[in-house]
Amino acid sequence: METTNILLAGVGGQGVLLASQIFTSVAIEADLDVKQSEVHGMSQRGGSVTSHVRFGQKVYSPTIDPGEADFLIGFERLETLRNLHCLKKGGIVIYNKMRINPSTVASGVAEYPDDVETRIAACGEKVYAIDGLGLAVKAGNARSANVVMVGAVSSFLPLPESLWETKIREVLPAKLVDLNLKAFHLGREAVKK
Amino acid sequence: MSEQKAILSGNEAIARGAWEAGVKLASAYPGTPSTEILENVKNYTDIYSEWAPNEKVALEVGVGSAIAGARTLVTMKHVGVNVAADPLFTLSYTGVKGGLVLVSADDPAMHSSQNEQDNRNYGRSAKIPVIEPSDSQECKDFVAIALDLSEKFDTPVFFRTTTRTSHSKSIVALGGRTEQQGDIELEKNMPKYTMLPSSARLRHPLVEERLLKLKEYAETSPLNRVEYNDTSMGFICNGISYQYVKEALPEVSVLKLGLSYPLPEKKIREFAARVDKLYIVEEGDPFFEDQIRALGIKVDHGKDMFPLTGEFSAAFVKKQVTGQGPDLRAVAEGLPGRPPAFCPGCSHRGIFTILKKLKVFVSGDIGCYTLGALPPISALHSCVCMGASISMGHGIDKVVAKSDDYSQKVVSVIGDSTFFHSGMTSLLNSIYNKSASVAMILDNRTTGMTGGQENPGSGRTLSGEEAIAADIPALVKAMGVKNVVKINPYDLNDIEEKLKAALENEEMTVVVVEAPCVLRYRISKPPLKVDAEKCTGCKRCLSVSCNALSLEVKDDKKFVVIDPNMCAGCGVCAQVCKFDAIGE
Ligand SMILES: Cc1ncc(C[n+]2csc(CCOP(=O)(O)OP(=O)(O)O)c2C)c(N)n1
Repeated sequence: METTNILLAGVGGQGVLLASQIFTSVAIEADLDVKQSEVHGMSQRGGSVTSHVRFGQKVYSPTIDPGEADFLIGFERLETLRNLHCLKKGGIVIYNKMRINPSTVASGVAEYPDDVETRIAACGEKVYAIDGLGLAVKAGNARSANVVMVGAVSSFLPLPESLWETKIREVLPAKLVDLNLKAFHLGREAVKK
Repeated sequence: MSEQKAILSGNEAIARGAWEAGVKLASAYPGTPSTEILENVKNYTDIYSEWAPNEKVALEVGVGSAIAGARTLVTMKHVGVNVAADPLFTLSYTGVKGGLVLVSADDPAMHSSQNEQDNRNYGRSAKIPVIEPSDSQECKDFVAIALDLSEKFDTPVFFRTTTRTSHSKSIVALGGRTEQQGDIELEKNMPKYTMLPSSARLRHPLVEERLLKLKEYAETSPLNRVEYNDTSMGFICNGISYQYVKEALPEVSVLKLGLSYPLPEKKIREFAARVDKLYIVEEGDPFFEDQIRALGIKVDHGKDMFPLTGEFSAAFVKKQVTGQGPDLRAVAEGLPGRPPAFCPGCSHRGIFTILKKLKVFVSGDIGCYTLGALPPISALHSCVCMGASISMGHGIDKVVAKSDDYSQKVVSVIGDSTFFHSGMTSLLNSIYNKSASVAMILDNRTTGMTGGQENPGSGRTLSGEEAIAADIPALVKAMGVKNVVKINPYDLNDIEEKLKAALENEEMTVVVVEAPCVLRYRISKPPLKVDAEKCTGCKRCLSVSCNALSLEVKDDKKFVVIDPNMCAGCGVCAQVCKFDAIGE
């Protein structure tokens, strides 16, 4: 298997790291080499967060360079646009349409652009815009939007559905498993239409 | 049973490696990207582990443990080694009994640091070996090798990671724990461990001999590895740069230096002779390059191609060497940044709102409160290193012409963890030397910026046990400060009044702010609401920089809304509102 590069981009507190963990554990189970990288520290206090997940036969670098992501998974629309240059030609964008104001917007220093979605759509690649928040609420908890996104990406990867389900059961706390499995399937369906 | 494997970050792997190699004691002061090492070590109950108030103390605790005979791990971020440098350089003379590994987590590109110093230089200056892992498996395995080397050569071992090795996850094959043989029994060995000039003079030649032996060892060490391939290009690299080279140029020959000091001279000569063109790819300083050039070896490309600043990547290496790269899309322009900010409910917000209003010079320190420098607050005017706020404020106070103008007055701001780290001696100096400055100690009962670790004032240890909490006002008084004032950081009038009084005072005032971190202690009050009728959309409340607030426009009317899921009900925004539009 060629190396698959998944770039996850969002805001601190959105569960980007948990989503990464599901990807890495699925990849290990599929007997692939895998690396994941993120920078934490200052990213906590409401800052931008990106996580790089790479898996394949043999993976050296833990990071994805601009122009090399097979998938850009945006957890928020502005963060999706901010990382769009990382997408490879022929890559796929799947993003949650939700908006989270950066501190610069909240404090009136900057404005949240109103053309974010049109700019993403104009990238010329396959773009799936998902109501991640709505689907998460439907699954039973707004916080499961990250797993909705995992579900959406999963439908593009040649790995069996049952493997994803097993790993979601392992990675999430027992009482949250059912609603997250629901979130996973809602995400998986959302990109099939 | 198949070999057990796990996906671990470099930091988790170092903790695992310490446990497997029989480490008995681990000490550290938190600092990104090193913090998670001890946070993971604490889960291995075979290891006694603790947070020290600063890196010097952490290393000294480690020295005690190592000279008593126990295997020891000490960890810190790169700038922490500056603080611990004093014991480190003399520890090089005394050597150890139980192995001692000092992890220095460097931060090229300064993801969360104030500088990007290359700490391999410490190994060379202190004349001790430097080991650099390139992935999590090596992070784990090299800890055991480092401890063996430490004991075999009677030296501390410097273990350098970078953000990308510390924070990247990769697959690691796990092993069991090997305990050290026998009990730890204290023995006296005065000439080895008491560094008087007379004994140190006897130790220094041993350090030089040790270095020669380490050089010899470097030639055959499993830490250094040659991978011959196409020999038209040969790359010497270390740590994460090895991964970038392998990814970018799988066909080239590589000399990977896992022991980056002292260098294996013969091995390097041999490699250089076998390849047509020699490249050196190392982030940071030309540490290898200078030494290799000094050996008279021709280096075709080093720092001319791979800069001194920032971090590299696979695509960057490829681009520099071959000129090739993927088709790049334009980076989206004109997007608002998303910098970190004070959390909703943070006790630092009200303080900085008033400091800004008073227009004083704020001598800052390192912690969450450093975010007070960012717009729209923009009210922190200097920050150099941990503990410097009060001492710099004192220096400023001594030379600036006396004036009633607040812009000519200085207020130093420091957090609890930073005060314990190195602010106490600064305050002692200020009071001893009759400073007239004002110092604010923002005691949020945690080491916030690095993720909320315990500290000597938080009442708990690393392992979560209850501990004595240092009493900051009592400490300050004991140093001789007469004016110790407490304020409520959620009452803007209280802050303003007391700060003004302190600024008028000709003697030093220390303001202590006791308010636990809302993030660490999950503190929240019912969210506030904006009365859209009263709100004029003046944006005054937005100036307190809270992510829970935002401006909305409906039917041409502007008004602020508060996100009830984010608001912690602290009331700072309500107090700056001139129209009484914010309430419960
Ligand atoms: C010498 C050194 N060690 C560690 C760090 C990492 N570091 C940055 S801020 C900080 C602690 C801040 O805690 P505190 O002063 O209590 O302020 P808070 O973030 O809680 O507001 C640490 C440990 C550093 N920058 N320099």
